[in-house]
Amino acid sequence: MSGELILFLVLALVAIATALGMLLNRNSVYSALFLVMNFIAVAVFYLLLGAPFIAMAQITVYAGAIMVLFLFVIMLLGAERLPDAKVLPRQKLFAYGLAAVLAAETIYLLVTRARPEGIVLPPDEAANATGTLVALGKTLFTSYLLPFEVTSILLLVAMIGVIVLVHREKGVQK
Amino acid sequence: MHLSETVNSGFFFLAPWLVFAPVIGLLINIIFGGWFMKRSWGERAVGVVASLASGASFVVSVLLAWSLAAGHGEAVIVPFLEWIHIGSLELDWAFRVDSLSTTMMLVVSGVGTLIHIYAIGYMHEDVRFKGDPGRFRRFFVFLNLFIAMMMILVSGDSYLMLFVGWEGVGLCSFLLIGFWYDMDTLGRPSWANSNAAKKAFVTNRVGDFGFLIAAFIMFWAFGSFQFDEVFEAAHSVAPGVIVAITLFMLVGVAGKSAQIPLYVWLPDAMAGPTPVSALIHAATMVTAGVYLITRSAELYTLVPQAQYIVAMTGAITALFAATIAVGQYDIKKVLAYSTISQLGFMVAAVGMGAFVAGMFHLVTHAFFKALLFLSAGSVILGLERGHHHAEHGHHEEHGKGKTKSPKGEKEGKRKEEHHEVFDPGDMRNMGGLRKTMPVTFWLYMIGTLALAGIVPFAGFWSKDEILLDASRHYPAVYILLSIAAFFTAFYMGRQIWMVFFGEPRHEAAAHAEESKPIITAPLMVLAALSLLGGALNLPFEGFHQLGHWLEYTLHEVEALPLDLQVAGISTLLALAAIFLSWLIYGRNPLKTGQPDPLKKPLGFIFTGMENKWFVDEGYFAVIINPFKKLSQFLADVIDWRFWHDWFHDTVIAGTYNWVSNIGLNLYADQKGIDAFANWLGAATQSISATMRKVQNGFVRSYALSVLLGVVLIVGYLILK
Amino acid sequence: MVPVEYYIILSAILFSIGVAGVVFRRNPLVIFMSIELMLNAANLAIVAFSSVLNSFSGQIFVFFVIAVAAAEVAVGLALIVEIFKTKHTIDVDQLNSMKG
Repeated sequence: MSGELILFLVLALVAIATALGMLLNRNSVYSALFLVMNFIAVAVFYLLLGAPFIAMAQITVYAGAIMVLFLFVIMLLGAERLPDAKVLPRQKLFAYGLAAVLAAETIYLLVTRARPEGIVLPPDEAANATGTLVALGKTLFTSYLLPFEVTSILLLVAMIGVIVLVHREKGVQK
Repeated sequence: MHLSETVNSGFFFLAPWLVFAPVIGLLINIIFGGWFMKRSWGERAVGVVASLASGASFVVSVLLAWSLAAGHGEAVIVPFLEWIHIGSLELDWAFRVDSLSTTMMLVVSGVGTLIHIYAIGYMHEDVRFKGDPGRFRRFFVFLNLFIAMMMILVSGDSYLMLFVGWEGVGLCSFLLIGFWYDMDTLGRPSWANSNAAKKAFVTNRVGDFGFLIAAFIMFWAFGSFQFDEVFEAAHSVAPGVIVAITLFMLVGVAGKSAQIPLYVWLPDAMAGPTPVSALIHAATMVTAGVYLITRSAELYTLVPQAQYIVAMTGAITALFAATIAVGQYDIKKVLAYSTISQLGFMVAAVGMGAFVAGMFHLVTHAFFKALLFLSAGSVILGLERGHHHAEHGHHEEHGKGKTKSPKGEKEGKRKEEHHEVFDPGDMRNMGGLRKTMPVTFWLYMIGTLALAGIVPFAGFWSKDEILLDASRHYPAVYILLSIAAFFTAFYMGRQIWMVFFGEPRHEAAAHAEESKPIITAPLMVLAALSLLGGALNLPFEGFHQLGHWLEYTLHEVEALPLDLQVAGISTLLALAAIFLSWLIYGRNPLKTGQPDPLKKPLGFIFTGMENKWFVDEGYFAVIINPFKKLSQFLADVIDWRFWHDWFHDTVIAGTYNWVSNIGLNLYADQKGIDAFANWLGAATQSISATMRKVQNGFVRSYALSVLLGVVLIVGYLILK
Repeated sequence: MVPVEYYIILSAILFSIGVAGVVFRRNPLVIFMSIELMLNAANLAIVAFSSVLNSFSGQIFVFFVIAVAAAEVAVGLALIVEIFKTKHTIDVDQLNSMKG
């Protein structure tokens, strides 16, 4: 068993554990913090997979911006805990069952049918150096220029939309 | 026939107007009659239109006869209308103008016109006596319809057209017998008249059935109805066919011309107004049978056996009806049986092959019997007037205050005031009318003498000719007819003595009034014809005009000279009968309430005569009651109980009910279809109830559903 | 020297956990987080394949996903805030105005 595999397993364990923590924790602030940890673990996987740019983006955008936003909203609304409710008593049971079935199915499909071949090699120095980033940037701004610009417009629209949604004009009562 | 050239000469083109003149008359009266009747001159206008229509028919008949005489008397066929053309079958409406048909036309339209004129006066009083003046118009419409139908009958060129007219006059007879369908002769509510009409119609149907069968056999044997074609073909078929045709035809004749055994309707037909009795049931329609046999002379002469049967039928009828006439009290009933008897003479004559004599008697009989009937009508009217007068007088005596009541109310009450039933037609209520109704008396005398066969009245000549023929060839017929002639003179004498001589036996007779000229004038014409009608065919050398005239149509006419022996015997018999009647009825006039003087000496024989030999009762016992019982049985037991109650209600309806209730309703419908529908509804309800829970508004449930879908899809992918 | 299968299996497990979170949590914010987790799981799979296939396209795709997710979260959170302002609760079970 190579060191990388050990690293993978440990990280996978961390990722699954934090995901379950997010899932099971009744306090949504804790859930958010568990999710941050999960994101960081996934970011490490990205590094292992030789995608440093995505790893950085993951940390800055997800773990940084998005989760800060989440925490901000949670605290803003005071919605850390929701009062108990007795509706849909078997919902959780169904959810676990179906999720487990879905996971089992997916894994079964992957292992028996898709059988993706290939070994993830440890990223070499060069790959993690600027070379990859340059190539990525070139590709992004040449082949994928249009989707990139559309995404930027999408972000602009989302920004404007959020402002329109949340902004309340003075003197206007809803 | 191919005589179209002669059609163009003369007045033959007028032939259709024989029928259309009266049709136009009746249409005018139908369409404008209601408007007329609202006017004061309405009745006269209706009567004049109808009389003119009938008169126009007479004028056409005269012109046709003149044209025929000018054209050497050969038969002329005037094609008028294509009627039925199916394949080779061609049935057309063509008018046959020959000496026989013109003779009938002249009689029908001539006597018919006179009776129309008479009816203007008669019906004027009759409708008032019966209390429904509105029917005046209807009467003349029917009368014109009758003339039209009779013209179709006598002028048709085929048995089919003859049959059309035959049925048409039967219909008119029915309509006119039942003219006062909702009251009896005295105006009291009753169904007697409509029953009489029904009887006439049904009896005639029996006869018509015979005629129809004859026509069917004819068509089967000859393939044609046209007279000339039938006569031509008749020579080449087996005699049996001709016998069948002629004898079935005799059944038709017996129905229409009131011969044994179908004569029973004619006495009852006197329920119709008197002009109807005179026109239809004495002068014209009932002679249609005689005309039919004469027209079929060529068929009858081929089969002597059938001829003999016809002759015997006529002779027996003549005697039989004459005996009944002796025992009747109703003035019109006597004449009715007399008519049957005289028709028997005619049928006997044509049966013997003496067609000219039969036609001759037909013509003279039309004159004097119409005269007698119309005179009898005049007598009845006179008695009605007298009765009214007498009753009115009573009121004047009893209390003047009461009589002040308005006329309409009195009219309405009048029927109720008939406490004692007064029958103006009953000879026992008459007597002494010679003084109160002199004109009618003399007219009646002429008719009586003509009927009794006294020289030189028309009846003598025609009857004598029949007797002469019979004496030559058919002694049995001769004897029967001679006895019948004796009875004829006797009952007519009886009638004269009872009606016009002696003392009035009823107030009404004492107060009787003479009729108006419009009634007596046509009677005078008829009286003149009855007096002089014999001149048509005097049995002397160089005369025999009618014989020569008919010779164009009827071949082998035997013109017999006067046989003084036969004539003498018949005259002596007639005079003896009249003398005998004087002995019984004239010498000691009947008193009020006295029974008939013949009742005692003759005993049960007279009872038989009085009751028409119980023929009606016999028919009831033998035919009608069993028939009714059979109908009752069929209707009640077979139809109602078996067919309706049992078969229909129990079997069909029961099975149906069972099938529908148990099989279809319970099982198929309730347990099948309904259950399915209900189940469908319930299933939908329960499914929706279940599904409603899914549609619970919880986002998480929906998400769960999506997840379930994903799981299932992936599972499907796995299992694929 | 890790087989790419492992990454995919990890990705599937994370995704399933996210699914479970979406389905049974009542807090819309946690549901949102679960959605982010699912996106991450997908991203992980994409990047793993990209790495094995030695192609940038996967990475660029993940980049776009991250960008869209950011926009989505921004809008989504704004909506949640707005819902809270209206309903004074964010419990998804209470958000049933559309129930028939």
